[in-house]
Amino acid sequence: MAIRSFFLFILFFSSSLSPVFSLYEDQVGLMDWHQQYIGKVKQAVFSSQRAGRKRVVVSTEENVIASLDLRHGEIFWRHLLGADDVIDGIDIGLGKYVITLSSGGSILRSWNLPDGQMVWESSLQGPKHSKSFLLVPTNLKFDKDNVLVVFSNGRLHAISCIDGEVLWKKDFEAESFEVQQVIQPPGSDLIYVVGFAASYQFEMYQINAKNGELLKHESASFSSGFSGEVSLVSTETVVALDSTGSILQTISFQDGKISSQQTPISNLVEDSLGPAVIIPSSVSGIFAIKTDAVTVFIRVIGEGKLEVVEKTTHEIAVSDALSISEDQQAFALIQHASSEIHLTVKLAHDWDGNLLKESVKMDWQRGLVHKVFINNYIRTDRSYGFRVLIVMEDHSLLLLQQGEIVWSREDGLASIIDVTTSELPVERNGVSVAKVEHNLFEWLKGHMLKLKGTLMLASPEDMAAIQSMRLKSSEKSKMTRDHNGFRKLLIVLTRAGKLFALHTGDGRIVWSHLLRSLHKSEACQSPIGLNLYQWQVPHHHAMDENPSVLVVSRCGPSSDTPGVLSFVDTYTGKELSSLSLDHAVVQVIPLPYTDSTEQRLHLLINADKHAHLYPKTSEALSIFKREFLNIYWYSVEDQNGIIKGHALKCKCTGEVADEFCFDTRDLWSVVFPSESEKIVATVTRKLNEVVHTQAKVVADQDVMYKYISRNLLFVATVAPKGSGEIGSVTPEESWLVAYLIDTVTGRILHRVTHHGSQGPVHAVFSENWVVYHYFNLRAHRYEMSVIEIYDQSRADNKDVWKLVLGKHNLTSPISLFSRPEVITKSQSYFFTHSLKAIAVTSTAKGITSKQLLLGTIGDQVLALDKRFLDPRRTVNPTQAEKEEGIIPLTDSLPIIPQSYVTHALRVEGLRGIITVPAKLESTTLVFAHGVDLFFTQLAPSRTYDSLTEDFSYALLLITIVALVAAIFVTWRLSERKELQEKWR
Amino acid sequence: MKWVEVIVSFILTLSFLSFPSCGFQSDELLVDDEEFGLEGAPQHRSPEPIPTRSPPVTSPTRKRHSDLDSDSKIQFSLDHAFGDSDFSPAGTFSARLKTWSHGGQTLTKLRFSRNSFSDVEKEKFKNLLESDDFYRIRLPSNVLSPPGRDFIISSVKARCLPRESLDEHFVIHMEGVNVLAVNYGSPGSCPYPRNLKLPAKWSFSSHTVLKNSEQAPRAPVFTEEILGGENAEGEVVQPAERSFWAKYWMYLIPLGLIVMNAITQAMNMPEEQATGQVPAQGQLSAGAVQRGPSSAVRRR
Repeated sequence: MAIRSFFLFILFFSSSLSPVFSLYEDQVGLMDWHQQYIGKVKQAVFSSQRAGRKRVVVSTEENVIASLDLRHGEIFWRHLLGADDVIDGIDIGLGKYVITLSSGGSILRSWNLPDGQMVWESSLQGPKHSKSFLLVPTNLKFDKDNVLVVFSNGRLHAISCIDGEVLWKKDFEAESFEVQQVIQPPGSDLIYVVGFAASYQFEMYQINAKNGELLKHESASFSSGFSGEVSLVSTETVVALDSTGSILQTISFQDGKISSQQTPISNLVEDSLGPAVIIPSSVSGIFAIKTDAVTVFIRVIGEGKLEVVEKTTHEIAVSDALSISEDQQAFALIQHASSEIHLTVKLAHDWDGNLLKESVKMDWQRGLVHKVFINNYIRTDRSYGFRVLIVMEDHSLLLLQQGEIVWSREDGLASIIDVTTSELPVERNGVSVAKVEHNLFEWLKGHMLKLKGTLMLASPEDMAAIQSMRLKSSEKSKMTRDHNGFRKLLIVLTRAGKLFALHTGDGRIVWSHLLRSLHKSEACQSPIGLNLYQWQVPHHHAMDENPSVLVVSRCGPSSDTPGVLSFVDTYTGKELSSLSLDHAVVQVIPLPYTDSTEQRLHLLINADKHAHLYPKTSEALSIFKREFLNIYWYSVEDQNGIIKGHALKCKCTGEVADEFCFDTRDLWSVVFPSESEKIVATVTRKLNEVVHTQAKVVADQDVMYKYISRNLLFVATVAPKGSGEIGSVTPEESWLVAYLIDTVTGRILHRVTHHGSQGPVHAVFSENWVVYHYFNLRAHRYEMSVIEIYDQSRADNKDVWKLVLGKHNLTSPISLFSRPEVITKSQSYFFTHSLKAIAVTSTAKGITSKQLLLGTIGDQVLALDKRFLDPRRTVNPTQAEKEEGIIPLTDSLPIIPQSYVTHALRVEGLRGIITVPAKLESTTLVFAHGVDLFFTQLAPSRTYDSLTEDFSYALLLITIVALVAAIFVTWRLSERKELQEKWR
Repeated sequence: MKWVEVIVSFILTLSFLSFPSCGFQSDELLVDDEEFGLEGAPQHRSPEPIPTRSPPVTSPTRKRHSDLDSDSKIQFSLDHAFGDSDFSPAGTFSARLKTWSHGGQTLTKLRFSRNSFSDVEKEKFKNLLESDDFYRIRLPSNVLSPPGRDFIISSVKARCLPRESLDEHFVIHMEGVNVLAVNYGSPGSCPYPRNLKLPAKWSFSSHTVLKNSEQAPRAPVFTEEILGGENAEGEVVQPAERSFWAKYWMYLIPLGLIVMNAITQAMNMPEEQATGQVPAQGQLSAGAVQRGPSSAVRRR
């Protein structure tokens, strides 16, 4: 009995540990999460259908068109157009088609509104580049067919709404003509195309909408010229600014006759400051101009007379006009006031009366309102109600209705610039933010359910309960550090300059912070966030100090604008301090030294090649002085094709004495010949990568020593001709050269040419190997190559006697100034997919074998065992090699469908894959980001060091209890038997 | 004779290296390219034999071409700088420029003549050695129209160079007539705590290697049958026959233990036969056998 149950236990145990390579269906969502975003909304169109679900169609800066549920903000459907397929305009045609114009007005597509299927696509060509406009006139018909009017590439098209056929087209070939507006007055068969020629001539074309015939062409010249946009104040009047931005031109072209009136802004606004710009809007009769300090709303009364209706110094946003009845137009206006925003809806012709006035409390972390879109609905009391969709500075999207935020979407997360991680607080009293701890009864109940599940006794309801329990186990979303290191904070910097902390357990936003330092200011006109670095990671003071991150940003697009540093606490999201630098930041080098408060030393290199040390404390300086001579770095000048190595020289010799500034000098340079090579990729090892062992035991008890150096740089160059798209060159004039360069001495350790190959090159560097992906023009296939580099100078340490007698050089310090004795091994394989990103798993101690994570063109992440990219693979591996795990050589790398890390999901617009080691050696955390976010845990060699998630402790307990009981029973039985024996 | 030299050089090295823990440092030059030329400053040959070889022989395939191809001689100069000083001429490389029939140009038969240090330069170099600073060299990036786009700079800690004389090693990476990079340093190792050591002779022994890019191995292209035949291969390639002991040692050792145990028990048995039987189970498994005697004793 005891033996039998023991066997049962063993059997159970071994079955629970049996290898699981891929994911089971019920494990989806257990350790992974997926979030869908769309990006910053550029344009929104409300579906005006009376029946059916209310929806809004949006186009975004991430080139997404999406249909959102107006009630909850969920995505009905969405499409990500390519990176070079920028959306110019969207609209809804016939109430059931979403029309999009993209790629600079050259592609027009129609999508079915309910399900997002594409209906048709037309390609529109034209004689020259121009602004593009998409108009969907409501009542312009052509043989019972609704017509779309598209102006793009200098050509006006009328296109059938049903099948996308071009009905007629009209070219505007005049060289200097720049179109500004295309107008289709409702109820007429005319189209007006207005624009400027040679920047001082106003041109107006009147066109018959039925056949594209040019009816009238008028022009008038304005000596003062034009600047910026024009604002359409009625169907036959536009307002423009002159070239100095100080005089308003009201131009009307009623009945094809151009008449104009000039009004200096100073006549309207007394204290006008500086040049003004027109805020684009389409409210009839009213337009807005903005100077540095004030925004002025101006009404046009009759014959070009202007009147100021409001002047405000608040930040303001205006929506387009919404016609609510035959002759009434409404528009929405949003003004900021401290912690609130005021929403007013006004009628276009009646400025003083408000249709609606609401104020909504707004988190200042969302910043300013950037865009407003208005929509109306009919209230239960049959009056008009209004709802507005607003786009905030942090790219989030909110729906306001009845003075409340109905829903909000954090779409800033669609454009992540950089990611780093932070540990959670250590568990102690008062810190844990976990909501409900399970009590014992619930714990037992849960395990009984699980037990039922494993013994296949559970009913479908029980199974559902088990599944939901697993999915939202409070264990994984606690706000404290866990033993296995699965729970962390992902600190994410978005393009909007907002910092988010995401919990790895369930992907929720723990805090978000719109960086003050990334706010537009006098000194810093257009701040751009660049990178995130771990500034302080307390280990010794983990209980009483919070970790912090460093956000490096700069004030403009060019690299010589001054930089801004800000330091953010990762537990609270508070900005601890920020520094406006007086120098630019070209390069940031985190040094491997920390001071006594565990702040990491960083070296910032500016445009004049001066190095600045941060933090600016005397302690940091003394640490830095000690290592002064051992600091080397490199810089890559992509444009020139030059890589340079640098070292520190001495204190800055400027007029201002600054102890933290150092002069640098060039130590080495590698100059690629500009006519034959162009740098396309440079990759180094991850700074925090851990390598478990330097030796690699190969077949027949031989040892190879990995050449492990933190200072290796992989560089890939291609022929300048071949740097374009794939297929633009012949194999003969295209090549790819791969280099391994030592960044301390500038030595080229390995150099290899792939003839007939072309970029784009994606590469990843880890331990002593680099894997890169490129296109082979001769084979018409993508290829992946691996280079492994081994140290020969330690190769003769295999002798045991040498080790015993201490005649080995394993413990002697390595100097890169020694002549390296390395050998490299490489091999190439074909690979089916093109890649968007490549990464490698990293674990805490580096023992676990590695997997490559490939971001495929289908926006999925594929895990590929590094063993497939072993340069020692041969066609017929010997027995010893097979035992070592060498796979027989094949010409292409296998794609195993089960090894998609993202299983059935897609990370739309995949841009990067980040791997973070967990504390548990077998496991690595993977975060993939693009427009969507995806997070999961991976165990490349399976979880050999822990029990699986669904291990039933209850069954184990019961087995132990049963065993103990059996022991007692059998003991009793044997005792009784013995007694009987004795009585016999 | 050669042995004596080696021993002498070994002792010399030891005496120069003031730290004994470092062990023997091989001075052997490892020439790893077939295309090389080397020349020390001939007037000051160091006593130690420098591996000299006859002028480089181009590979036979190239020789066939060379009848058609034209050669010309070119020179380009090497500049050096001490620490952050300006560059000054230090030597000249001369080589033959080969123009291939298909239009490419390569350098062959590279020779190098090094200017010896003047007294001022010696003084500067001594300063470098004392301050453990960099000795920098530069080459033009294009040998036909120097300096080309930019100079190729390389540097090494000055303390890495002195041995007997000043030993230096150049690896010049070429792409046609362009110099991509130059790896400059000592021909051997330069162990980290760099100790101050003055050279016995103020002359250079230089080794130069020209390197051109290698071709990457092509991705293997297989036909289907190789892939299909993989299963059969396992049977075809038989592993080498191993000895009986190598195959079954893991069974033999426990068996031996059991037998030994059984023997000792059997020897004990006659004496204690009267007290009772030895549990039979104990003899079955190897693990139990190792613990067997003690537990058996305890039970009794």
